[in-house]
Amino acid sequence: MMVPACHPIATTHFQTANRGISTMFMKLTSGPAGSTRQSTMEGTGFADSRQQEAGAVAQRQTVGESFVADPRMTARDVAVYYGDKCAIRSISIDVGCNEVLAMIGPSGCGKSTFLRCLNRMNDTVPGCRVTGEIRLDGEDIYAPSVDVVPLRARVGMVFQKPNPFPKSIFDNVAYGPKIHGLTRTKAELEEIVETSLSKAGLWEEVKDRLQEPGTGLSGGQQQRLCIARAIAVSPEVILMDEPCSALDPIATARIEDLIAELRLQYSIVIVTHAMQQASRVSQRTAYFHLGDLIEVGPTERVFTNPRHRLTEDYITGRFG
Amino acid sequence: MTTHFTFHHALIKLNKMVLKMSAMAEDRVRKAATIIKTRDLELIQSLTNSDYEIDEMEMEVEEECLKILALHQPVASDLRFIIMVIKVNSEIERIADLAVNVAMRMQAILKSPHRVPTPYDYSGMAEKVITMLKMSIDAMTNRDVRLARQVFVLDDEVDAMRLDAYLKVKDMIRKYPEHPGQLINSYLIARHLERIGDRATNIAEEVIYLVEGEIVRCQ
Repeated sequence: MMVPACHPIATTHFQTANRGISTMFMKLTSGPAGSTRQSTMEGTGFADSRQQEAGAVAQRQTVGESFVADPRMTARDVAVYYGDKCAIRSISIDVGCNEVLAMIGPSGCGKSTFLRCLNRMNDTVPGCRVTGEIRLDGEDIYAPSVDVVPLRARVGMVFQKPNPFPKSIFDNVAYGPKIHGLTRTKAELEEIVETSLSKAGLWEEVKDRLQEPGTGLSGGQQQRLCIARAIAVSPEVILMDEPCSALDPIATARIEDLIAELRLQYSIVIVTHAMQQASRVSQRTAYFHLGDLIEVGPTERVFTNPRHRLTEDYITGRFG
Repeated sequence: MTTHFTFHHALIKLNKMVLKMSAMAEDRVRKAATIIKTRDLELIQSLTNSDYEIDEMEMEVEEECLKILALHQPVASDLRFIIMVIKVNSEIERIADLAVNVAMRMQAILKSPHRVPTPYDYSGMAEKVITMLKMSIDAMTNRDVRLARQVFVLDDEVDAMRLDAYLKVKDMIRKYPEHPGQLINSYLIARHLERIGDRATNIAEEVIYLVEGEIVRCQ
């Protein structure tokens, strides 16, 4: 598809660079006549990204493809307030079945806030108010009749900081299946624990010390334990808030493989600051900026040819 | 403002390198056109002897691109810029080679003991090819998609000129069948000029990819 000339990205390309020391004016002799070729391009030639306040609202309309044909979850006009402060505004987006949706954006842009709306984790925050509508398989998760405990089993969550229960490694994983009544025998429970720990890439490291406290594991191992704990209750959707930020590259690769594997059965929404990770693991990417959903689209397109200038500036490191 | 200074300075440096190399290649094509007109043997020698400069520069640009890809994993417009540079780099190097080829064809014609009338006046074709190359480089310098698209029109005109030269050379071969080598060299000049035009068109296509993110091919 062609990008129209009036599109923010196209406009960006034709703007004149004006960025202090890094602005480069180049003069090259062109031909024997000595005519000059002057380039106002800086580096790639893409211009100053300072956001103009005027017209900022227009810039923040969501562009791209927010909705999918087979949504697992739908969010419509979702806004979150902490007291009087509006943290996110009018977010409308679908989470498709069997897809990984990556949410990226600078710190404080609202991506984690939105993530926490998807399994009502914001209910626990004093003064937090959520408006709009979020549905899981067509069912309004904010309806008064909805019990958040089974909801959070259906929409599991892995947090940025590992938070194992002060229990044994085995019990950390077994706790969910036990309270949700997913197993009838000890053997079944043991199988779930082993499968979940294996999928989280932790089994080989802990199989001989399952009764030791989960809190005694290293940070990376604790995080994998938390992933195993989320997997153990067979959720429909898994929310991941920077799940690999404490892991080494090998463990990160394992988790990314696991995410790809889990996608075949579940939907995954991942918040990450590692854009390479977003591009590796996700099928769609959503970019948030100052509480607005700026752009949603296929990951491949967002990382090669984003449609919104703010997305372009953020992923190329020119954001300011 | 948050910027990745190392990364963005590397892009600025790469941009400078590719523009400098483009200007050098354009200069060589102009010299090739002068050689066609003046048959200056010294200029032929100077052009063929200096080809290594562009070859070395091509390697430097390629190494710089690989370094940026490995160290910074660029995305979006930065990724498209690197991809454009990698492709344009190779086009520019080939353009400089083709300019040398034109000079060598002229040298072969001049060294030939036989003399047959020149079958085709290449000055118009050479000027058109230079214009195409200049437009492509200007489009790349200024990220000017409109100018890049104008190059496609000129490419058709240059192709028609090449065909015209072919027909004229064919006639001459019929008239002077005892000197095919000289006439074939003469036709190859048209062929080399046309290929320079094609490669200028390829550069224009890459400019459109850089700016619009669309892969286009001139038909």
